[in-house]
Amino acid sequence: MKRRKIAIVMAGLVLVIGGIVFAADHMDAPAVKGQTTDITDLYVFEGNNTDNMVLVANSQGLLAPSSTGAASFDPNTLIQFKIDNDGDNVEDLVIQAIVKDGWMHFFGPARPSFTGTRTKIEEESFIGAVQVTPYGAASPIVAMGAHDIKMFAGPRDDPFFFDLDQFHKILAGNATSFNNPGTDAFAGTNVLSVVVEVPKKLLHAKDGKINVWLTTSKAESGLVK
Amino acid sequence: MKTQLTRLFTLLLAATCAIACRKNQNTPQSPFYDQADQMGRPAINTVFISAPDKDKFNVTTPTMMPSVFGSEMKNNLLALNSGYTTNLLGLTADQFIGVVSTDVLSASTTGKTTFFDGTNVLTGRALSDDVIDVELTLIFGGPDGSANPGLTSDHVNANDVPFLGDFPYLAGPH
Repeated sequence: MKRRKIAIVMAGLVLVIGGIVFAADHMDAPAVKGQTTDITDLYVFEGNNTDNMVLVANSQGLLAPSSTGAASFDPNTLIQFKIDNDGDNVEDLVIQAIVKDGWMHFFGPARPSFTGTRTKIEEESFIGAVQVTPYGAASPIVAMGAHDIKMFAGPRDDPFFFDLDQFHKILAGNATSFNNPGTDAFAGTNVLSVVVEVPKKLLHAKDGKINVWLTTSKAESGLVK
Repeated sequence: MKTQLTRLFTLLLAATCAIACRKNQNTPQSPFYDQADQMGRPAINTVFISAPDKDKFNVTTPTMMPSVFGSEMKNNLLALNSGYTTNLLGLTADQFIGVVSTDVLSASTTGKTTFFDGTNVLTGRALSDDVIDVELTLIFGGPDGSANPGLTSDHVNANDVPFLGDFPYLAGPH
């Protein structure tokens, strides 16, 4: 009787903490796991030119080198940086990226026609396009678009670092602490990255602050020609 | 005569409708896109949202997150660290969840951009920021960051390869 009680408690504990997997946004929700909509990370930081802000959208992570050549952006997946510049956590501007025929097309920063989870491409705010850098290219292909916005899209080393395996062991009760030094589970893996560097003045930050979140969205009506 | 007029009228009507209707239609060249995944700060969905709700979190707008997921996030914080009182930022569990439950990444447009460097708090997220250690410390480290010493750092402090010196900043693929 007592053993059964312990087993039930343990099972309950594993269920609770088993649902909590610690990673940036890797190992994400069932509907997007392994899909072209699967976000891994968002970074927002000052450029080398401190008049600019850099925004990075990483997706389709944990790519082994052997899988990277076959990974590709999806012409039906819209990648979107949502930017709140007045502190109410509703997007005032969006920067959008979507691939077509091997080129990543960028739009924005523009006031979105629709806020929330159902959106459209802000076609009238076209920035420019950059050829997606092929896996194996000697150097990254970059392009400059309207308003001096720099653009890049292609496979990159995954910049995220974490001893995810040891954390799983801790959650499973097979370890009580991290190792020192730890082992980076993301070492040697790649992601698909979209990187854009934007003059800060285009972001119209109120009180010197913006709130940013990254979304991926699927086209409702299938392949866009 | 009457037939011809009718025919002309029908044609005009059809033409007008074709033009007017197309303007109002959601043409195939310009579809709507439905949100699938979402991210603000690192690890929020993965740490604080229970497995059955992860897909729902990904299609919830930030302003709706606290009311929909606030309790769940607090429960999961306490499930991870049942001894949680406050953390290095001086936040109670309610205050901590109050900060993280709106999942957006704040960034300063006037100063250093970093997740946390000991001085600057949530002013961006740079490639080299050890966001994991920051979050582990805030969850497990107690009021001065020294509690649970085995859990407040994974001792992986940097990326496996150096970043580029310039745009696009991320290192080339392996």
